[in-house]
Amino acid sequence: MAQLTCRNLSLGYDGLEILHDLSFEVNAGDYLCIVGENGSGKSTLMKTMLGLQSPIGGKILTGDGLRENEIGYLPQQTLVQRDFPASVWEIVLSGCQSRCGMRPFYSKEEKQLARDNMEKMGISSFAKRCYRELSGGQQQRVLLARALCATQKLLLLDEPVSGLDPKVTQEMYRLIYDLNKNDGITIIMISHDIAAAVKYASHILHVGSEVFFGTKQEYIESEAGRHFADEGSDEG
Amino acid sequence: MSELFEKAAVYFEYPFVRYAIIVGVLISLCSSLLGVTLVLKRFSFIGDGLSHVAFGAMAIATVLRISNSMIFALPVTIICAILLLRTGQNAKIKGDAAVAMISVGALAIGYMLMNLFPASGNISGDVCSTLFGSLSILTLTETEVRLSAILSLAVILIFIFSYNKIFSVTFDENFSRATGTRAGAYNLLIAIVIAIIIVIAMNLVGSLLISALVIFPALSAMRIFKSFKSVTICSAVLSVLCSLTGILVSVLGSTPVGSTIVAVDIVVFFAFMFIGHFKRGAKA
Ligand SMILES: Nc1ncnc2c1ncn2[C@@H]1O[C@H](COP(=O)(O)OP(=O)(O)OP(=O)(O)O)[C@@H](O)[C@H]1O
Ligand SMILES: [Mg+2]
Repeated sequence: MAQLTCRNLSLGYDGLEILHDLSFEVNAGDYLCIVGENGSGKSTLMKTMLGLQSPIGGKILTGDGLRENEIGYLPQQTLVQRDFPASVWEIVLSGCQSRCGMRPFYSKEEKQLARDNMEKMGISSFAKRCYRELSGGQQQRVLLARALCATQKLLLLDEPVSGLDPKVTQEMYRLIYDLNKNDGITIIMISHDIAAAVKYASHILHVGSEVFFGTKQEYIESEAGRHFADEGSDEG
Repeated sequence: MSELFEKAAVYFEYPFVRYAIIVGVLISLCSSLLGVTLVLKRFSFIGDGLSHVAFGAMAIATVLRISNSMIFALPVTIICAILLLRTGQNAKIKGDAAVAMISVGALAIGYMLMNLFPASGNISGDVCSTLFGSLSILTLTETEVRLSAILSLAVILIFIFSYNKIFSVTFDENFSRATGTRAGAYNLLIAIVIAIIIVIAMNLVGSLLISALVIFPALSAMRIFKSFKSVTICSAVLSVLCSLTGILVSVLGSTPVGSTIVAVDIVVFFAFMFIGHFKRGAKA
C-alpha cells in the first residue's frame, strides 16, 4: 500500500470548495512536486494532508507503516512573532517532540539526532544564536533541520526556496534531493520552479483549472506541462 | 535605617509573616513562568479577562459567605478559561469580543452583588481589596496561605514537566499539530494553569494587577535574553526578587502590597530596557 493516498479529495474553507475530486498516491521514496498558480490551493492541500484542516469530502489514507507522528513539515511562512526568544538549538530540538509522546523530557538519542541534523544542514555553528536574528536562508535551514528531527519517512515542504538567492536555492534543492536519494525520505514539495521540479522530482501534481497527476515524464509530454513550461520560458 | 531593620526583625519573629513571604515568593514564581507564552501567544487578553471573572467569582463567594472564597473562585475561573479558549477557536463571536463581554460582565455583576448583599460594613474596602489586593499580605488566613502554597507548587511542577511541549506549541502550533503533538490538549492545559495562577495571585495583588505580575518579568527578560530557556529562568528570578522587595517595602512602609510589587516590576522593566538598548548600541 502507498504511504499516502488521497481519494476523491475535495477541500476548501468554510464549505467553499477550492479543489475538487483529487485522487493521487505517494509511495515510499517518491519525490512529488506540487505545482500550480498562486491561490490554486496548494498550501491548503498540504494542510489537509497534514490534518491541520479537515477535507470537505473524500479521504486521506496513510499506509506502509506510516504513523501520524512520523511526518516532517516545513511551512510556507512560519508566523514567528518578531520578538520570540528562541535559540536555533531549542527550535531544532523541538522537532523531536513528536517522538516523545507523553514523556516530558528529550532523551540522549533525541539530542544527538538534533545535533546530527544541524550538522547535515550546516547550521551547527549557530546553535546558540537567536532564530529571529538569522537571515532568511539560515532560518529555512533551521526549520528543515527541525522537520528532519520529526521524520525519517515523509517530508512535506511548502515552497522551501521562496526568498532565497539562486546559489542558496540550488544548495537547498541539492539537500532535499540528497535526503530523498540517500536517506530514502519521501518528499512532497510545493514549488513554483517548474524547471527544478522537472529536474529533481519523480512525480508531478499540477493543481488549478486543469489537474494533472503522473510521473514527470508523463507531465513533460502532457498539455498542462507544455502549457506551464511555455509560460515559464516566455517570462525568462 | 536601623529603626527599619529593627522593625523588620520584630516582624520576622512571627511565623505567619514568614509564611506570608514564602507564599508571596511562590505565587510570583509561578505567575512569571507562563509570562512568555502569554505575551507571545496573544493569550494575554484571556489572562486579563479571566482576572475579571475571578473578581466576579470572589464577589459571589463573599455574598454567599463561603468561608474560603478561593475554593469557589478556582473552578469558576477554570471553566471560564476553557470556554474562552473554545470560543477563541471556532469563532462566531470573535475571541477578543467574547473575552471583553465576559470580563466586563463579571466586573459589573460582581460589583452589583457586593453592593446588594454587603458582607461587611465596609463595601468599598472589600471591593478595593478584591481589585487591588489585600492591604497587607499579612491578612491572609492560614487556609488561604496553605492552599496558595499547594497550588503554586502544583503549577511549578506542571510547568517543569510540560516545559518542552509548551515551547513547541507556543513557538509553532501548526508544526506541532502537523507532527502529531496534541496541541489542543496543551492549549487547554495552558489555559487551566493560567486560571489557577490568576486565582492564587489575586491574594497577592488583586484582580486588576495580576496581568502586571504575569507579564512584566517576561517582558523585562525578553529585552536582554534571546533563548526561551534563559528568558524563562530570568523572568522567574526577576519576579521572585521583585516581589520579595515589594513585600518587604510594603511591610516596612505600610504601602499596599500589590501595587508596591508592581511598582518594583516597572522599575526593573525600565532598567532592563535601558540595558537592552545599551547592549544593542554597543554591538552596532
Ligand atoms: N484561512 C483561509 N480562509 C479562507 N480562505 C483561504 C484561507 N487561506 C487561503 N484561502 C483561500 O484559498 C485559496 C487557496 O489558497 P492557498 O494558500 O492554498 O494557495 P496556494 O496555492 O498555496 O498559493 P501560493 O502559491 O500563493 O502559496 C486562495 O484563494 C485563498 O484566498
Ligand atoms: Mg501556498
